[in-house]
Amino acid sequence: MGEELKQSLSLAWRALMSNKVRSFLTMLGIVIGVAAVIIIISIGNGAQSLILDQLKSFGKDLVIVLPGNSDEGPPSEAMGITITTLKYNDAEALSKPNNVANVKAVVAYYQTSANVIWRDKSYETVINGVTANYFDVEDSSIDKGRFFTNEEVNSAAHVAVLGSVVVDELFGDVDPIGQRLRIKNQTVEVIGVLKSRGKVGMQDYDDQILVPVVFAQKMIAGVDYLSSIRVKLVPNADADRAVSEIEETLREQHNILKKEDDDFSVHSFQDVLDTITRITNTINYFLATMAGLSLVVGGIGIMNIMLVSVTERTREIGLRKAIGATNGQILRQFLLESVCLTLIGGSIGIISGILISYLAAVVAHLLRYQWDFVISIPALLIAVLISIAIGIIFGLYPARRASNLEPVDALRYE
Amino acid sequence: MADYPLIDVRHLNKIYDNEGVITQVLFDINLKIKSGEFVSIMGPSGSGKSTLMHILGLLDRPTSGEYFFNGHNINELSDNQLANLRNQSIGFVFQSFNLLPRTTVLDNVKLPLLYSRDKRKMDERAREVLENIGLGHRLYYLSNQISGGEKQRVAIARALVNNPQVIFADEPTGNLDSRSGIQVMQILQALNDKGTTIILVTHETFTAEHAQRIVKIYDGRLVSDEPVVNRRIAKENEFLK
Repeated sequence: MGEELKQSLSLAWRALMSNKVRSFLTMLGIVIGVAAVIIIISIGNGAQSLILDQLKSFGKDLVIVLPGNSDEGPPSEAMGITITTLKYNDAEALSKPNNVANVKAVVAYYQTSANVIWRDKSYETVINGVTANYFDVEDSSIDKGRFFTNEEVNSAAHVAVLGSVVVDELFGDVDPIGQRLRIKNQTVEVIGVLKSRGKVGMQDYDDQILVPVVFAQKMIAGVDYLSSIRVKLVPNADADRAVSEIEETLREQHNILKKEDDDFSVHSFQDVLDTITRITNTINYFLATMAGLSLVVGGIGIMNIMLVSVTERTREIGLRKAIGATNGQILRQFLLESVCLTLIGGSIGIISGILISYLAAVVAHLLRYQWDFVISIPALLIAVLISIAIGIIFGLYPARRASNLEPVDALRYE
Repeated sequence: MADYPLIDVRHLNKIYDNEGVITQVLFDINLKIKSGEFVSIMGPSGSGKSTLMHILGLLDRPTSGEYFFNGHNINELSDNQLANLRNQSIGFVFQSFNLLPRTTVLDNVKLPLLYSRDKRKMDERAREVLENIGLGHRLYYLSNQISGGEKQRVAIARALVNNPQVIFADEPTGNLDSRSGIQVMQILQALNDKGTTIILVTHETFTAEHAQRIVKIYDGRLVSDEPVVNRRIAKENEFLK
């Protein structure tokens, strides 16, 4: 058995090497298919970990309150509708311990975008109105200068803390602290610069200007509502209980009796995490399935070339039968050949897939993303098994054709 | 020695049905060949001699009639049993050699051993046969690097490696120059002298007369079956030790 396998392998190898270009082109389908699956799984995992790790690092014990009842359907912002039900005094109500227990901090957000002007330079960026306890819920800190105080928030002080991208865009090498900027028609004084943090998910935290939330609402946008409220609980607090206490408080604030009438929605971090995981998983599986389809196309290429090979070697098959090869032995020989083809193709695909995934990770790092280079061993094993399976599945028909040839017909074949 | 002939064919017919076009190739063939004989099957091309050889060599089955090979009724044997009989008891030598391309001489000769149950000392057995046939210096040459005469000797070595009872040679000298042809006939005669049954298919009287007996086929019918009176002996018996 061992000797027969060795001989069959060396024969399969010779058969493939006797037509290098053809073998390579045939393999290419499998190479591309396997590489695509590996790359998509790896990049998918990388992107997922990018989003989830960042969320986990600062999002533990976090509850997010959004305006509008978003339990059903897409968020209202996606439809171009602004919901104005969340107010600054809602945030104040949530920070009272007799309303919601175990709260460490409540941060109110009003987000908009605007053109910012300093001397002859202008730059369009995100204006993020927040409260003074911003750093309690965000994984961020001050690099230079200081953050604004509670008093400055309540008095709508004209002060701003800049992200590093905004500093680079507007000031270059000039020290921005103490400089005056124009946002819409307001003049604000730069009092601090945020430590560079990079992109988290799709959001660039360095490309924003933080201002007191009341200032952003009243002086820049002329509105009285909030974009969102983030509630940070004390470590290991019961998030479900906090969510229901927040809901009750807000219903009281908004004079709502039934849950169905809620004009806000409350999401614990775990909800958000689950949703994001579900969405990214779905996308990953979908993409991997698409890439897997190319493996089927590659398999058809294998079948095609194996049929050509069987025809070309009809006399050889006849001879083998004449000297005593059984149908089963001929079948195994051709199957081995197609499995060799797909296994070699699959291996090349795995190696190139890993290389390309690694390159993607390097590029992501250069673009300041926190990107993990993830190669899952199960995915590699599955890729190898799929390669073998394709060799068997698509090699079976040609191999059966070879094994069923009549020895006389095969020997006579010209 | 068994008391039945090695080959015993009774009322054998072969009919091809090619998509409704029915062609009868062999008509009521009766033939007995004893173990140790050297028989030529002669006939012009299209006479059915190759078809007869294929059936006798267990590569094809008769449409009707009976064929006993070494006492086995082949109508009762499965394809795998026939493959095993071909492997163990029969050697083939073809006009066009049918060696595996880009494969060494040694590996070509080993080929029948790979399909054999007895896989011991395959290299040694193949080498021994090649040395006996005078090709010990060509073991690791590729089959496309040697001359036509050498190719046919490799094919004979391949036919011999499993010590078969009978060798079927289908126009073995047809693609060879006369000198190589004589060598091949010498080898076949020497093998026959040692007891191997040889069945030679040819259309040339000269080649056929190296046998002890000539069976003539014409239009699918056996027309004569006579011993050779003046048997030719291939000279210079230096290629077989």
